[in-house]
Amino acid sequence: MSHLLEVEDLEVSFRTEEGVVRAVDGVSFHLDRGEVLAIVGESGSGKSVSVMTLMGLTRSPNARFSGSARLRVGRPGEGDVTVGSEVELIGASDEVLRRVRGKDIAMVFQDPMTSLNPVLRVGDQIAEQILAHEDVSEAEARERVVALLERVGIPRPAERARAYPHEFSGGMRQRAMIAMALSCGPSVLIADEPTTALDVTIQAQILDELKQLRDSGEAGVILVTHDLGVVAEIADRIAVMYGGRIVEEGTLDEIFYDPQHPYTWGLLGSIARIDRPRPERLPAIPGLPPSLHDPPEGCHFRPRCPHEFGRCAQTPPLEARVPGVGGHRDRCWLDCEAKRERRVVADGQIGLAPKEAAAGRRDG
Amino acid sequence: MSAQPGTERGAAAQAGEGGAPPLLEAIHLEQHFPIKSGLLFDRVVGHVHAVDDVSLTLREGETLGLVGESGCGKTTLARSLLRLIEPTGGTIRFRGVDITHASRRALRPLRREMQMVFQDPYASLNPRRRVVQIVGQPLRLHGVPRDEIEPRVRDLLDRVGLRPEHLNRFPHEFSGGQRQRIGIARALALEPRLIVLDEPVSALDVSVQAQIINLLDDLQEEFGLSYLFVAHDLSVVRHVSDRIAVMYLGKVMEISPSEELYRKPIHPYTSALLSAIPVPDPRENRRRERIVVQGEPPSPIDPPSGCVFHTRCPRATDVCRSVVPPLTEYPGGHLAACHHPMNVSAEEIAQATRSPLSPKAAGEATPEPAEAAANA
Repeated sequence: MSHLLEVEDLEVSFRTEEGVVRAVDGVSFHLDRGEVLAIVGESGSGKSVSVMTLMGLTRSPNARFSGSARLRVGRPGEGDVTVGSEVELIGASDEVLRRVRGKDIAMVFQDPMTSLNPVLRVGDQIAEQILAHEDVSEAEARERVVALLERVGIPRPAERARAYPHEFSGGMRQRAMIAMALSCGPSVLIADEPTTALDVTIQAQILDELKQLRDSGEAGVILVTHDLGVVAEIADRIAVMYGGRIVEEGTLDEIFYDPQHPYTWGLLGSIARIDRPRPERLPAIPGLPPSLHDPPEGCHFRPRCPHEFGRCAQTPPLEARVPGVGGHRDRCWLDCEAKRERRVVADGQIGLAPKEAAAGRRDG
Repeated sequence: MSAQPGTERGAAAQAGEGGAPPLLEAIHLEQHFPIKSGLLFDRVVGHVHAVDDVSLTLREGETLGLVGESGCGKTTLARSLLRLIEPTGGTIRFRGVDITHASRRALRPLRREMQMVFQDPYASLNPRRRVVQIVGQPLRLHGVPRDEIEPRVRDLLDRVGLRPEHLNRFPHEFSGGQRQRIGIARALALEPRLIVLDEPVSALDVSVQAQIINLLDDLQEEFGLSYLFVAHDLSVVRHVSDRIAVMYLGKVMEISPSEELYRKPIHPYTSALLSAIPVPDPRENRRRERIVVQGEPPSPIDPPSGCVFHTRCPRATDVCRSVVPPLTEYPGGHLAACHHPMNVSAEEIAQATRSPLSPKAAGEATPEPAEAAANA
């Protein structure tokens, strides 16, 4: 049984003047149709580089890749590819990438202002992709565009297809981007911070759109975001990234209610929440994310972690550490019992204890 | 254009007991931008009503949160309050002094007391200047002797959690959070009374957001600062604000003590905003019933008649389409401009009064107590 998309031990590094940046350091994940995988992390955690590498968008003379990303392409009833044939995306030729990109794997970017061409009509930009991948007439492509715009909730789609991007609001541009991504019926949709630039009421509408796509079972969605609220709303599985590595992965409920890695605790603890009484101070994770030029040895979170101990100088492997739960894996040496105890901070919430409190508990 | 005397007294009463004027007051403030068109001669073909008859006060030592979606006029209001742009109508008072049309020269001494921190820490620091020059610039401009500048900057960096060795670095050597600290140090340099923070943490990562918010909290306590905190993120605003004003299409929809706004939003728009925020708790999310507001805000060039929210409001009726709702003051200092208020009892509605902060075009009548029964 193989997955729709299987990424294994992906490494991406860039040579720069200051040295080699290991942006992605051995990342593995998989995706199936009808599910949303959320990749969560702060800026510089490698989440965007990982997914952009799948699309071949990080290729440059100073970039180096290793590992594999296999995508199953083709659906029953399509002549030119055998059902279930696989494409290796890492190191694929430009020719292969061109065929796959937009058709089997498509992407929605964060900034809908800069990802549409300002001098072309919105409808023409979407039609271009259809015409590039499928043998259809222009009239047919145009009809499809109108249907797509209607599907993503743009009012008066036939008229709006003739508009230019500047005539659209931010939310409408993002809808147009989603329409474009869906135009060839991809099996994998990558959404990189699709709602970060949008207002909350519009964000809710766009998330509904992604949910419908997920529920239709047509595609699997990779959602890259830093917003745990959005994640809680829509994800089925979560991978938490830190310093180029996945530090924890599991189902939605596992990550939110039984988080194993101290970084995840810190993330969960530091969100200002509207559904809880307001705390005196917002718990912050002290310090800064690691520099990827010169990451700390061993666990990358070690310098900021209050629970750090001798063993952390060795890199903990990503493995299942919660007894009986195979899919929930993390990179922290602490044993499961200690984690359950230490992640509880003030008033029973999950969070990252201050350094002194954590040290006190360890000695006591 | 000057405010009616009745309004002025009312606004002063709003400011509280002591008799001292509030730090900052806006009275029927309007900021319209002309839209020009024409080949040879520009003709004004319309106006963008960015801020449309807004009245509010900021008290000494207080944090007022200003929230709303993009395009609601919150940033324009903040810029207008600092007199970075000249208002089209209404009055602005800083410590009781009318500064609405004050000249640049007259404003200069006041500029020391009102500072701003900008949203984008990448664009708001000059990339060719060292930190000591950036933070020292306001001091230099206001005539602080050269040899006193560096020690002052050193002290300021220390206050915002940067190290002395950062003094001679350039902005690109810092992370987003550190840059925002530099921006805050610069705003603090002249020991202001008021700092306007325009989306100060929205460009930062969550874990860093918390650090900056806590820093702002400490500085407020240490220097007795007043903040006007402009943001679109209601969960962050709640954390820092004493009171919160919600804006929509250039108008104030609701002003409330911060906690109360989240417990019982009176305006349907506030309620919709709150319910659109995803809660980082999957079980809670599944349980929660959410109102998804359809559509997008209408154009501020030609705002809807009556209540500006009526085109998207699930509770809108005929009266909403024709009569501008007054800002109605409910017990506990909670104001809302709505004909069909939510979360208020019949007694609360009966006690409610028309606030002097209401727009001039607003109707006289406050909501009927029968509304409460309809809400139950």
